[in-house]
Order: sequence, then C-alpha cells, then structure tokens
Amino acid sequence: MGYLLEIQDIHKTFNPGTINEKVALDGVNLNLNPGDFVTVIGGNGAGKSTTLNAIAGVWSVDKGKIIIDGVDITKLSEHKRAIYLGRVFQDPMTGTAATMSIEENMAIAARRGERRGLGWGITRKERESYKEALRELDLGLEERLNSKVGLLSGGQRQAITLLMASLKKPKLLLLDEHTAALDPKTAAKVLAISDKIIQEHQLTAMMVTHNMKDAIAHGNRLIMMHEGKIIYDVSGEEKKKLHVSDLLAKFEEVSGGEFANDRMMLS
Amino acid sequence: MVTTYFASLDPMSLVRALPGNIAQGVIWGIMALGVYITYRILDFADLTVDGSLATGGAVAVMLIRGGMDPALALAFAFLAGMAAGFVTGILHTVFGIPGILASILTQISLYSVNLGIMGKSNQAINVMQYDLVASLRYVTGEGRGYFFLKLLIWAVLLIAVIYWFFGTELGASIRATGCNQQMARAQGINTGFNKVLALMISNGLVGLSGGIYAQYQGAADVNMGRGAIVIGLAAVIISEVLFGKFCSGKKIAFALTLGAVFVGAIIYYIVIAFVLWLKMPSDYMKLFSAVVVACFLAIPYMKEKYLQKRRTM
Repeated sequence: MGYLLEIQDIHKTFNPGTINEKVALDGVNLNLNPGDFVTVIGGNGAGKSTTLNAIAGVWSVDKGKIIIDGVDITKLSEHKRAIYLGRVFQDPMTGTAATMSIEENMAIAARRGERRGLGWGITRKERESYKEALRELDLGLEERLNSKVGLLSGGQRQAITLLMASLKKPKLLLLDEHTAALDPKTAAKVLAISDKIIQEHQLTAMMVTHNMKDAIAHGNRLIMMHEGKIIYDVSGEEKKKLHVSDLLAKFEEVSGGEFANDRMMLS
Repeated sequence: MVTTYFASLDPMSLVRALPGNIAQGVIWGIMALGVYITYRILDFADLTVDGSLATGGAVAVMLIRGGMDPALALAFAFLAGMAAGFVTGILHTVFGIPGILASILTQISLYSVNLGIMGKSNQAINVMQYDLVASLRYVTGEGRGYFFLKLLIWAVLLIAVIYWFFGTELGASIRATGCNQQMARAQGINTGFNKVLALMISNGLVGLSGGIYAQYQGAADVNMGRGAIVIGLAAVIISEVLFGKFCSGKKIAFALTLGAVFVGAIIYYIVIAFVLWLKMPSDYMKLFSAVVVACFLAIPYMKEKYLQKRRTM
C-alpha cells in the first residue's frame, strides 16, 4: 500500500526579491501512511502552518510536488483539492459562514467536492443526520440547527468545523492550531472531539500545535520544524516515551537557546 | 412669509402623486434587489448598476422600436444586464482588479456602449404606438388597479424565484462565498465562478428594471442610470433600518427581507416626492439622496460605537 500523502522537496518564498523576502519552506519532505496522525511543532515562523497551507493550495509552491493517494495535486486550485481535505483553522471565524445557520453550514460541507446544482440546499433526511451528529458533540447544538453560526462561541464553532470536515470523509484532515484561540478547558474539549472524529472515521491527520504536551499525547507520530525544514521526525514507541524536556532540548539545540522566549514553551 | 409658504402647499397634489411614487418604487425595487444581491449577499460594492440600468433601458427601447414585443424585449434587457455583470466579474476574478474599480471601469465603458446601442443620447417610445408593459399613463388612466395588481404579482414572483435560487445548493454556495471566502474554498466552492454568476444575476435584474423603467417614462436615456446605485442602496438600507428586526428570526426571513427592499424603494420615492412637494429645488435631489444614504449608513455604525463606549465605561 502506498503513502497517503507524499510531499517531495517543496519550497516557498514569500515576497521574493523584496525587503520582506521570507523563505518559508526550504525543502520539506514528508510521507504519511494511511491512518497516520501526525502532530507538528516548531517555533514561530518555522513553516508549520505554511506546510498545511501548501497542502491545501492557498497559494502554489515554488518547487516540489504534493501527492495525495497517488494523485498529484500540486497544480490544482484550492477549491478543487478541497475534495481530498478536511480543514480546521486557528481562527474559529474562518471555518464557518457566520451569517448562515448551523444546518446550512453542514449542508455545504456535506457537498464538498460535489457539483452544486439547483436542487434544494438541504434535505429533510440530512437534517436528521446532522441533528444526530451534533448530539454526539454533547454541546446542546442539536436543538439549534437554525441558529446562525455567528451567534456561537469559538469552541462551538470549532467543534462544528470539525464535524463539517468529516461529514464528507476526507483523505487528509488538516488541523492548523485549531485550539490555540480557545480557553484551556474548551481547547481540551475540542481536542477530545478531534481525537474521537479521527478515530471513528479512521482519518489520516496532521495537527499543528504550540502545545508540546498535546503534541506528545495525541497522534502516532510527531515532527518538529525549524526554518522551513523538518528537523525531527519520531513515531511509534519512541514517540510515546517522549517528554516535554526532550523536545525543549531538541529545540535549544537547533535554535541556539532563542527558543526560551517563544510562546510554545508552556502548556 | 411662513404662512404664505404653507398656504401654497397643496396636500392633494401629494396624494395625487402617490400612485406614481409606488409604481416607480416597485420598478426601481427590482434594481434594488440586484443591489441587495451584490451588496449584502456577495459583499461586493458593485457600481456597474449605473451603467447596466441604462443598458437595459436602451436595449429594451431599441428592440421595441424595431418591432419586438415590449415584454419579450425585457428578456433581452435582462440578458444585456447579465453581460455587463459578466464583464465586471471577469475583470475582478480573472484579472484581479479590485471590485469597486472593476465595476467603475464597466460602468464608464457602458456609457459608450449605451450611446452605441441608441445611436444618440436618448430614444423615445410612445405608449400610444406600442403595447408597453408599464407606463406613467397606466398609473393615471383607467384600469390602473389592474396595472398595480400586475406589478404586485410580478414583484412577488420575482421574490419567490430569488428566494428559491438562494436556497438551492448553488445559491447557498454563493451566500457562503459572500460570507466567508476561505470557508467556501475549503469546502470546494469555486468562489471566482460564484462571484461572476452573482454579478450576472444582479445586473440582469438591474437591466430588467431599466427596461421596465424606460417603458414607464416613455424613453431610454444615456443618463437614466446616473446615481442608480445610491437609490438601490437607499432602498436596501431603509428596508433594513425599518424592517430588519421584523424580518429576522422568521422562517422565511429572507423572502421578507426581499419584500422589504421593495417597500424600501417605495418609501424612498415617497420621501423624494415629499421633499419636492416642500418645494425643494429638484437640482438638489441627488445631493439629498446621497445625504439620506450616508445618514442611514452612518447611524448603525455610530450607534454601535456609542454603545461600545458606554459598555467599557
């Protein structure tokens, strides 16, 4: 069985030739097996979110290839590769349409990658299934199908975005610091929901996080990025044995101590 | 002085003008629906309308003069408006020109196009000669009840079609595009295509409105669309300020909102008529319209700012 995701030597430089030139990705290589749940850590500007955005096609990469389940998606536009991807963003506002109701948001997500025609946007049957799915979140949202998403809290919106990402089973789930904007209690709840959804649907997932404890506790593999490269890649038993102090030491080693003032230090 | 001024005002003349105001409000309400689609649903300030309204009028009038049935001519006015919206959409999505600028470019070029269509700056159609769908004469003449009933039915039909469309999968994806492009793209929605489509539908309605209005006033004029966007915005904003609370939360909130846009347009024309009745010089009408729209746009913002200040205190 082949890799689910193959990233081959991707490069990306923002604002080339200007004073703001920034090499964001400097030759990233990564292969994911089906069912892998990878946590991604690294300092600010290390290229974590940039890697996820490269996979999602927010812009095109300068060099390299991205292959999902044997399909080369490097040149596909963002909306075309959405069929393969479920995405949850750092900002809870980003993943949902605020002026539309919960059920409308879910109906849009349920049609990811499908042709959208002149059939009615949401059927009675799917409404029932959405209610069921929301009930499992245990946030009391199942009775608020017609509420505008804009009225919900950040945690509720992230939970719905997670649900939306899995309604149409994606090949790869991209979680881009999706708990960073939430308070600790809500963040824990959203993380638990993430785990549950990934397990239930047996998804392959990448989760960027600033929290090293979370990075160790979740997933079966961990990668660390620094200056646009993957500098550490650990999985299986070895990952389970990791401690925050190990990661800290690794960081100091590559960044020469500057890491101390980084926001990712504490959890 | 004051007494002679008030004595010179004839309340009956205001009442007599009312049916005309209502008819005009309904006709421009169709354009306001188009403005609502771009301004509110797509979140795109589309100034194409000033041009596409006149394009709709010019196309309808020239086709009628050429012998086409006035009702059928409206279909072509709609298509001409769509073409204008298509140009703005392509300038914006394919060539990356900022929305407002793209629409201004289309608007300016349409001035020439409209002159080209008509061959001169205005073309008349006489209601005695052609079987027009709307005319000032129907408002004052016999059978005006029938004319207003027809207007009402068409307005309701139009609202129903728009309500249906934005409830479909495609329509919902356009709403998502206007609300949150990042989310839309992440859900596989082609936001560029949707923007062009929405601009086409919007300007199609504007063209249709222009076609009907040209028949109503008995002529198409190259300047008939000047300031149309302001009237459209006025209708949308008046409707929101007056009926926003009433419409929200209802099951058919969207249909009610669309209906309110028509009422907003009618109110706009009644206010204009009232101001004219007060003997304000008609030269100042555009200034007055702009001030009204500016005020209605500013009020919600100022209110929010004031409340925020009180909250933090």
